Amino acid sequence: MKFDIYDFSVLTASIHQLLGEMMGETAVMITEMVIVGIVFLTLFAILGLALVYAERKVCAFFQQRLGPMRVGFWGTAQTVADAIKLLLKEPLMTKSADKFLFNLAPFIIIVASFMAIAAVPFALGLQAIDLDIGVFYVTAVSSIGVAGILIAGWASNNKYSLIGAMRSGAQIVSYELSVGLSLLTIVVLTGSLQFSEIIESQREGWWIFRGHIPAFIAFVIYLIAGTAETNRGPFDLAEAESELTAGFHTEYSGMKFAFFFLAEFVNMFIIAAIGATMFLGGWMPLHFGGFTAFNEVMDFIPPIFWFLGKTAFLIFMMMWFKWTFPRLRIDQLLTLEWKYLLPINLINILIMAFIVLMGWYF
Amino acid sequence: MNREELQDKINSFGIEVSFAESEVPTQFLTPEVSSENVHALISELKNNSDTNFDYLFCQTGIDFPDHIEVLYHLRNTQNNSEIVVKAKIEDRENPSIASVSDLYKTADFHEREIFDLFGVKFNNHPDLRRIFLDDDWEGFPLRKDYVDEVNIVEL
Amino acid sequence: MSVKELHKATQSQEYFVNMGPQHPSTHGVLRLLLTLDGETITKVEPHLGYIHRSIEKMCEKDSYQQIVHLTDRMDYLSCHMNNEAVCLAVEKGLELEVSDRVKVIRTIMSELTRLSSHQLWWGVMGMDLGAITSFLYGFRDREMITDIFEETCGARLTMNYNVPGGVMFDIPANFQTKVKEFITHFRKKLPEYDQLMTNNIIFRNRTEGIGILTKEDAISFGVTGPSGRASGWSNDIRKSHSYSAYDRVDFKEIIRTEGDSFARYKARIDEMWESMNIIEQLIDNVPEGSCREKTKAVIKLPKMEIYQSVETARGELGVYINSDGKKNPYRVKFRSPGFSNLNALNTMAKGGKIADLVTIMSTIDLVIPDIDR
Repeated sequence: MKFDIYDFSVLTASIHQLLGEMMGETAVMITEMVIVGIVFLTLFAILGLALVYAERKVCAFFQQRLGPMRVGFWGTAQTVADAIKLLLKEPLMTKSADKFLFNLAPFIIIVASFMAIAAVPFALGLQAIDLDIGVFYVTAVSSIGVAGILIAGWASNNKYSLIGAMRSGAQIVSYELSVGLSLLTIVVLTGSLQFSEIIESQREGWWIFRGHIPAFIAFVIYLIAGTAETNRGPFDLAEAESELTAGFHTEYSGMKFAFFFLAEFVNMFIIAAIGATMFLGGWMPLHFGGFTAFNEVMDFIPPIFWFLGKTAFLIFMMMWFKWTFPRLRIDQLLTLEWKYLLPINLINILIMAFIVLMGWYF
Repeated sequence: MNREELQDKINSFGIEVSFAESEVPTQFLTPEVSSENVHALISELKNNSDTNFDYLFCQTGIDFPDHIEVLYHLRNTQNNSEIVVKAKIEDRENPSIASVSDLYKTADFHEREIFDLFGVKFNNHPDLRRIFLDDDWEGFPLRKDYVDEVNIVEL
Repeated sequence: MSVKELHKATQSQEYFVNMGPQHPSTHGVLRLLLTLDGETITKVEPHLGYIHRSIEKMCEKDSYQQIVHLTDRMDYLSCHMNNEAVCLAVEKGLELEVSDRVKVIRTIMSELTRLSSHQLWWGVMGMDLGAITSFLYGFRDREMITDIFEETCGARLTMNYNVPGGVMFDIPANFQTKVKEFITHFRKKLPEYDQLMTNNIIFRNRTEGIGILTKEDAISFGVTGPSGRASGWSNDIRKSHSYSAYDRVDFKEIIRTEGDSFARYKARIDEMWESMNIIEQLIDNVPEGSCREKTKAVIKLPKMEIYQSVETARGELGVYINSDGKKNPYRVKFRSPGFSNLNALNTMAKGGKIADLVTIMSTIDLVIPDIDR
């Protein structure tokens, strides 16, 4: 395959070799971990800044205005200025808040998204850890975040926060099911939980095209449930500023608030990245089985751009939802999940299993 | 039903009512009753099938030097005929009158407002508290003899 | 823990939440004391008075011309109608007949005010339901109207255009073209409102069947305006007590029978169409004449009582003036629509969720200075 020229494993292997010449095996491992950690921290910061800027611009254009324009070219430095402002802000805390839990909550949320991003395959050979149960790992780890939200709501000692946290708890626990099941639909096709294998299996075409209608249904459900998972868009009941002022993070300010904010955007990135990997082939270029010439042209575009492009598309979709739809009510939200998405999903998996059994997919 | 017919009808209720005569003809028919009879009259005006004033569109108080008046603007929503009932409360120190909130739900807020600003006590009102001012406010601002040296500037 | 204690502990417990005075969806400084059982509302108790300015007391010290200026600080979104109410009352007391030109100008301006108020309401309603985009859409179209206001009388919000005896200045030369431009623009843009919100499934689910107010309750609570008409109660003052030029235009009174939040929403949307119809009928035939009748510098009304009501964007605004023959009134009472409409909130919101309360508050279109006065 032509895109092998963009293989990052050559680079990572050479770094590994270089470090191996300089120090012992344990030291190499520790150094590599530190490097990966630093890389991801930087990525977090860049992602946060870029996504906040993107959101503000997308939102502005949906609303027929320009958005931030003053700081930097087309307001590009606006988010940096905002970040500096948040860093300098005074961290306030209510007198009767549970101090330990109050401070702990933002870290739990940020750690959960930090752990989840580790398994995301960015490009060929560019993945922190390629677990053989990658899909399972991501769904498991990302649900730790809800604990942070519940703790934040409880520790704030504010009724709005508590209501928001309770809503969020009910919401995330429910929609976790749909996310898991819609991912499982693709796992049935690939027969593997490992991200690298899932991407490799889409060499002849992305699953959303090859998996017939069930794959498409799974994709739609994943998009809905994923948006709900991140507490965004029409499902932002946990924050619901017109009802609960700011929900679970009402009492947070400064950097602790920024953690919640950052986690929301990173979670959105993770949901989009996993969605792109499972349904849209991850970093795999657009291939159609048989069209060799077309496939080779596509291969010249580096995999990292494919990945980022697909992810950006899904993120744009999620922003589109948010700036178009009104918010659901909590009982409607749970009705949607338990009465519609979940049964559809279960039947969908059954159909998909049957298709796989008969070998009807392309 | 024109004004004369309405006036005759009200006289036939058997409640002591007087009709004010003034040099300028009044906009609405204005029966005046004592504070004891107001509930009976309004109840009759609302429930009598000929009058059927089912909408209390305005209720207010006026402070006069020797008495307080409570005004009830009533409208019949079928034919849009209107009437103003005036209830006179002679006792300015401890004014009290029967509440009509059992007849018109809107009287709930309006009577609380009159209580708040004029100090008129409405008997049988379900929840008579000050509506705008603090519970510990002294005096009734819309009375003519209300003094507030800080907030009221005499020109 | 005994079984009895366990039972008691697991029973639902009511708790209180203070919504406001600072809250995004109370649209001002309104405090609602909610009694909640989980997310279900068992009681809503409005606490008012955070911006009570005692306008009625101030009126007792002011001349009739000055009172007009206080009224647009009540319901600032229907300021023109508020001004008009006082002016009509004073003119009634003076037995002053204003020219046809004034009547038509007042009607056009009133309907423009109603349009701008409903546009703002529509935007804010979307925001309350979580669709922030609608807010900017509403403001986009409202901008054109405020521009017209600014050109006509120099103010964009609190206009003070009416004076007893007419309007302060004549309309500018390009008034008609500007208004017609706006109507053509808005006739194209109003269907966009339906596309964004009315036909949205989430929006429908959030509003249909929520906060039902029966016709009997609407009359008893005195819920007027589009909110009352959505309950099937024909209460349009423009029809029943026609004033200014409303008797010479042909328009429909929007009445819906469902009485739920969606009916109140739809009633306002349909009212915008009707307002445009009214303006279109009048804008090409503004009669010639003086725009201001001469009045004395100090207006003195005879000893009398006047009640004048007008239809504002929120419902029936009544002005009661009790004059004792002096240059300032003995007592002025404003029967404000918001005050009575708010009274019905508990009946509508009881049994719903917190999110429903926000919907209901949006659909009865509260303006807090109107309630507090």
